[in-house]
Amino acid sequence: MKKIKILFVGVGGQGILLATRVLAEAALKDGVPVVASEVHGMAQRGGVVEANVLLGGYRSPLIAEGEADILVSFEPVEALRALNRCHEKSIIITSTSPLEPFTVKSGLASYPEIEPALSRIRDSFAKLVAYDAAALAREAGTAKAVNIALLGTLMATDMVPVSSQTVRETLARLVKAKFREANLKAFELGWQQWVAQR
Amino acid sequence: MHPLLTDQPGEKLLLLGNEAIARGAIEAGVGLAAAYPGTPSSEIANTLFQISRETDLCFEFSVNEKVAMEVAAAGAAAGVRTLTCMKHVGLNVAADALMTLAYIGIKAGMVIVTADDPSMHSSQNEQDNRFYARLSGLPMLEPANPQEAKEMTVFAFELSERLELPVILRTTTRTSHVRAPVTLGPLPETTRTKGHFEKEPGRFVPVPAVARARHQVLLQRGKEAQVMADGSRFNQRIGQGSLGIITSGVAVNYVLDALEALEIQDRVEVLKLGFTHPWPVGLLSEFLKSVETVLVVEELEPYLEEAARVVAQERGIKVDILGKASGHLPRLYEFNPAQIREVIAEVAGIEHHPPQRPDLSWLPELPPRPPSLCPGCPHRETYLIIKDVLKDLGEEAIYPTDIGCYTLGLLPPIQMADYLICMGSSVGSACGFSATTDQRIISFIGDSTLFHAGLSPLVNAVYNRHRFTLVVLDNETTAMTGHQPTPSQEIMPPGYEHPRVSIEEICRAAGVKKVVTINPYQKKEAREKVKKALEGRDLSVIVSRAPCILYARKFGISKAKS
Ligand code: SF4
Repeated sequence: MKKIKILFVGVGGQGILLATRVLAEAALKDGVPVVASEVHGMAQRGGVVEANVLLGGYRSPLIAEGEADILVSFEPVEALRALNRCHEKSIIITSTSPLEPFTVKSGLASYPEIEPALSRIRDSFAKLVAYDAAALAREAGTAKAVNIALLGTLMATDMVPVSSQTVRETLARLVKAKFREANLKAFELGWQQWVAQR
Repeated sequence: MHPLLTDQPGEKLLLLGNEAIARGAIEAGVGLAAAYPGTPSSEIANTLFQISRETDLCFEFSVNEKVAMEVAAAGAAAGVRTLTCMKHVGLNVAADALMTLAYIGIKAGMVIVTADDPSMHSSQNEQDNRFYARLSGLPMLEPANPQEAKEMTVFAFELSERLELPVILRTTTRTSHVRAPVTLGPLPETTRTKGHFEKEPGRFVPVPAVARARHQVLLQRGKEAQVMADGSRFNQRIGQGSLGIITSGVAVNYVLDALEALEIQDRVEVLKLGFTHPWPVGLLSEFLKSVETVLVVEELEPYLEEAARVVAQERGIKVDILGKASGHLPRLYEFNPAQIREVIAEVAGIEHHPPQRPDLSWLPELPPRPPSLCPGCPHRETYLIIKDVLKDLGEEAIYPTDIGCYTLGLLPPIQMADYLICMGSSVGSACGFSATTDQRIISFIGDSTLFHAGLSPLVNAVYNRHRFTLVVLDNETTAMTGHQPTPSQEIMPPGYEHPRVSIEEICRAAGVKKVVTINPYQKKEAREKVKKALEGRDLSVIVSRAPCILYARKFGISKAKS
C-alpha cells in the first residue's frame, strides 16, 4: 500500500479539522491504516492551525521538516510558511484567497505578494495547484466549503490510497443535511481544478 | 446515542486519544468523574459530560483540579470507580490532595489522567509529570497511541483496585490529540454508581500515627507494583540486536518508524515501556545486560534515562547509555520523527539520505499569525474601556493577568498583561505589587479562573488591606478550553443546569466594599462606572459581564441582548 504524508495548514475556523476527519474516517472505512494529529486550543483564536494525516502504515503522528508528500493549504501565506515541511517531489495545493492576520490589519507586518511566490513554487516543487477556493466554495453554495473544495483537489491527485467514493460518502455522512449538496458540489469543483491545472 | 456508547466489541472507531481514554473508562465501568478543563486534556471531560447525559454516570466540572481530585477520591473510597483528568499544571493544584491520597488509598479503582504539553502548544510551561509518580509513589502508565490509551485506561482501573492506590495515566499532546483507529471492547453490563463508605479511621484519617503506618503500606504496594511492571504486557521487548533503544509514550512511534525507514529492525532491540512507575527494574536490567549500547528516547525530562543509569550502576552492568545527558537528544520541546531518525542513524552508524529539499531563500518575510481575541470579543471591549478611562485620568497601571482567552490581551494593540504565573495569580500577585509599589494595579481574571483559584487571594487582599482593582471578565463560560460551564453563568449548557453562584455577592461577602458591574458593550455607562471604581486606590472589583460571542452564538443569543 502507498504510504503518504499529507499536511493540512490554514487559519483557525477554516474547517481544517473537519477535512482531516472526513479523510481519516474514509481511510478507516477503506481499511487503510491512518494516524492523524490535530492542533487544539489556543491556535483556534485566529492562529495557524495544522493537521497531519499519515496514511498507509506510519505510526508517528507528525510530519517533520521536508517530509510532507502533499501540502494542502487553506490560505496562501500559510502555504509559504509550510514550504519547509515539503521536499522537491511534494505536491502543493493552495487556496489563493488571503486571510490577513491581525498583525497586518494593525500595520505591524505586511502581507507579501503572492503571485511571484507561486511561480517560485511552481519551479521548485513537483506540482502546484492554486486557485481561489473561497470563490469556488461560494459558487458551490456555501462560503464555508473552502475545506471541502481543497479536499476534492487532494483526492483528484490520485496519490491518496483511499477511494474518492468513500470520501464522498463520508463527507455526506459527516456534514449537516442542509449543507450536504453544496459540500459535494464544492468537492467536485475542487476536483476539476486539479484536472484543469494538471 | 453518543458514538462512544457503541456496544459492538471489535468494531473500530476513529478516536482522539482523549476520546479513547473516555471510552476506556466507560468500558471499565467508571461511575463518577470530576475534572477542571485544561488543554490538552479537555476532551476527556467533555466526552464524559456528554455521556453522563445518556447514562447513570455522574459527572461534574469541579471548580479546580484539587477539588476534582477530592471528589473522585471520596467516590472511590465509597466503592465507585472514578476518574479525574487535568492538564499537567492542573496536577500542581491537586498535588496537595494527591500526596496524602497515596497514603490512604482507595477502595474501587481510581484513575488520574494528566496530560503533559511538550513544546507548550497551549501551556505556560512544559513540566514532565512523570515525576509526580515518583514523588507520590503511585503507579503510572504512559500510552503511545489512542488504542493503547483505551487499553491502559481499562487496565489502570484494575491495577488501581488491586493495589488499592490511584493510578496515574500520563499522556502528552501527541497522544491526547492524535486520531487513530481504536478497537472497541465490551461495555460492562452494569456500572456501579452508588457505593457505601466503610469507616476505617485507622486508614482514612491520616493523623501522624495513621500516616506513619500508611506510608509503610504505600512502600509495600510500590514493591508489588514493581513486580507487576516487570511482567506487564505494556512493557515489551521488540526485535534483537546489540544496539538497544529504550522508549516510552509517543516517542515509541518515532523510534519504530525510524527503524523501518532505515531498515535496521534486525540490528536493534527496542524496549517499549508503558508501565513506567515503578521502574520495571528487573526488565531494565535484563535489557541492559543484553545490549552493548543503549539510546533512551523519551520526551521532556530524562526520567527513563536516569532509571537505566541507576539500574546499570546498582547491578554493575557495563553499557553505554546515550540520550539527553550525552547530548544526543534535547530536554526541550517535543520530538519529531525526522530528528529521531537522524539520531538513530548516527548512533547505529548508518548513512541515510532524507528527501531533497528545494532552496527556500527566496521566501519573503511572512507576517506572523499569533492567536488573538476573536473579533467582537467582550474582553476586548473591557480592555479598551479601562485603557480609555486611565488615559482620561492621566494614569498608568500594572496589569497582572490570569489564564484564559484574555491572556491574549498581552498582544498589541491592547498590551494590557504584565505579569502571570498560573491560575489565580492575578489576584495574589496584585497583593504583592500592592505591598511593594505605589503604582496603580489593575488585575484581570476570568469567571471560571476566579472560582478556581481567585477567591482565596481575594480574601487575602481584604484581610491584609491590599489596594488594587480586580476586573472579573465574566463571559459566562470557560472559553479557552471549549466552553465548559462555570458556577456563575446564566446561560447553561443543556443537561448541566445548576444553581447560580453570584460573583458580586461573593466579593461583597468577602468584604470588598466597592463592587460594580458593567456591560462592556454599553460603553458610556461602563466608562462612568469604571471611573468611579477607580476613584481612590481602595480594593475594588469590577465585574464586566457579557457572554463570549462564540458561546452565545451556540445558544442563539446576540450580544445586543446581553
Ligand atoms: S472565545 Fe469567546 S472569550 Fe475567547 S476570545 Fe473568542 S469571544 Fe472572546
